[in-house]
Amino acid sequence: MTESRVLGFVSRHLLTLAAGITTLYLFAPIIIMIVLSFNHVEGRFDFVWHSFSVAAWLDPFAVPGLLDGLMISLPLALVVSLIATVVGTMAAYAQIRYEFWGKGLLDLVLLLTISTPEVIIGSALLNLFVDTGTEMGVPTLVIAHVMFDIAFVAIMVKSRLRTFDITLEHAAMDLGASGWRVFSKITLPVILPSVITAALFAFMLSLDDFIISMFVSGSTVTFPLFVWGEARVAMPPQIYVIGTTMFVVLTGFLVANVIMSRPRGAGAALGAS
Amino acid sequence: MRRADVEARLRLTPYLLVAPAALWLLVFFLVPLAGQVATSLKSGSLLDGGFFFTWHWQNFADAVTRFGPTFLRSFLYAALATGLSVLMGYPLAYFIVFRGGRYKLLLLFPVVIPFLITYLVRTLSWEALLSDDGPILGSLKFLHLIPEETRILTTATAVVFALAYNFLPFTILPIYVALDRIDRTLLAAAEDLYARPWVTFRKVVFPLSLPGVFAGSLLTFIPSAGDFVNAMMLGSPQNQMIGNVVQARYMNTLDYPLAAATSLILMVSLLLCVALYSRLFGTEELTG
Repeated sequence: MTESRVLGFVSRHLLTLAAGITTLYLFAPIIIMIVLSFNHVEGRFDFVWHSFSVAAWLDPFAVPGLLDGLMISLPLALVVSLIATVVGTMAAYAQIRYEFWGKGLLDLVLLLTISTPEVIIGSALLNLFVDTGTEMGVPTLVIAHVMFDIAFVAIMVKSRLRTFDITLEHAAMDLGASGWRVFSKITLPVILPSVITAALFAFMLSLDDFIISMFVSGSTVTFPLFVWGEARVAMPPQIYVIGTTMFVVLTGFLVANVIMSRPRGAGAALGAS
Repeated sequence: MRRADVEARLRLTPYLLVAPAALWLLVFFLVPLAGQVATSLKSGSLLDGGFFFTWHWQNFADAVTRFGPTFLRSFLYAALATGLSVLMGYPLAYFIVFRGGRYKLLLLFPVVIPFLITYLVRTLSWEALLSDDGPILGSLKFLHLIPEETRILTTATAVVFALAYNFLPFTILPIYVALDRIDRTLLAAAEDLYARPWVTFRKVVFPLSLPGVFAGSLLTFIPSAGDFVNAMMLGSPQNQMIGNVVQARYMNTLDYPLAAATSLILMVSLLLCVALYSRLFGTEELTG
């Protein structure tokens, strides 16, 4: 009796402890990032805390090249996520609503694109562009980013369409609505939160992409490529300022999205189901 | 409109809808992969006239003999990172599902944090965190709990921990979904039959959560095995992974045929892993 109670106590608290350690592990880099954004740097920076300063926050673009990198990455991510969301949603809708030749094949290719390591995709694209003599830069970045974003959008939208009550579409068709009208007036408004989540995810993936971009960027320097270049010489705290800002903005979007699609639960909102 | 026209249009609709995605993936995913196969069989060098297709199978033999140990190291690191992710992720997923109550959503937030920090900044933060005089080692050294010369950076430990961190959400979320789907009445039934909590876990909860564990492990193992940034920033030359080889051959030494062969061996071995894994355990969770 007492023995099992002791065991119960230990196991209960072991679980809490293990979950706590993992949570701490998850938070660790973010805490470091925020702390280092307030670092006062003297000369070459090597991850050592000197003293508290808000200088980097007051002048986040003091580092030459940082703003240029953002001015490439942000519009790029916007264009890429727009294209990928439209193209991916169209494919998802066709896959769920219609029977057609090659449906299973498309599924396989979509799965392949997200499960192929980025270094393979990047090097294969570099190969293609070198072979065809294509000059690399912003257009090749758009091509590559849209390519890997399509699968993420299609899979997220598909999982939403599967739980969509199809009788609503049938009702609209019975009332004489055309295919496009059914989609734009019935289906799209219902799945819109998921489409927006997918677009946001696509935006994030593009903004954050480093490995594939490294292969196909030519001489264009996106924000992650800029960080990469800086990391080899000296890390200015401004990079942590931008990192923290992105974290806060993305968290804001995530919270807004979870609240918007509330009764569906977190797993769905995070694209996990 | 004539009835036949309407039917023809209906038949065409799905093809028109998938055409942009299918073409994009064909031209910029499948064709480049095929191109890489062609490149892997070329020989020559950029300096004297470029590469020519000569059925140069030797590239594959060279890749295996020269980078064999690196391949093994990549798979070892990826396996360790995956094991670590499951070990760390499972208790947290379990805690959120069964103890989270109304705070489930809030507790899920830390799980997605790695998605919200820029990839490189996240790796740089690990570099700062694990550095010789950083917050962890520095304070332990200050307390004289570890010798002065202890280091984690530039070791396999740093690379594996950072890899596990990068892909931890991919491990936790499928486990979370699998645990969350478990019918609670099964647990009540086990309790009614006088199963102890541990037995209930071992005989009911754990087996039912396995699809999530398998899906999560795959989603962690694959990107880990192909990663090169963590090894480059947190490891030493002795910790280089196969991604580093491909990256360096393509970007620095411009030895495309050998790099292409290496990249294809990685791709094929990962596909074999996935096929074997899904044959053994099923991966419906993966396709969404």
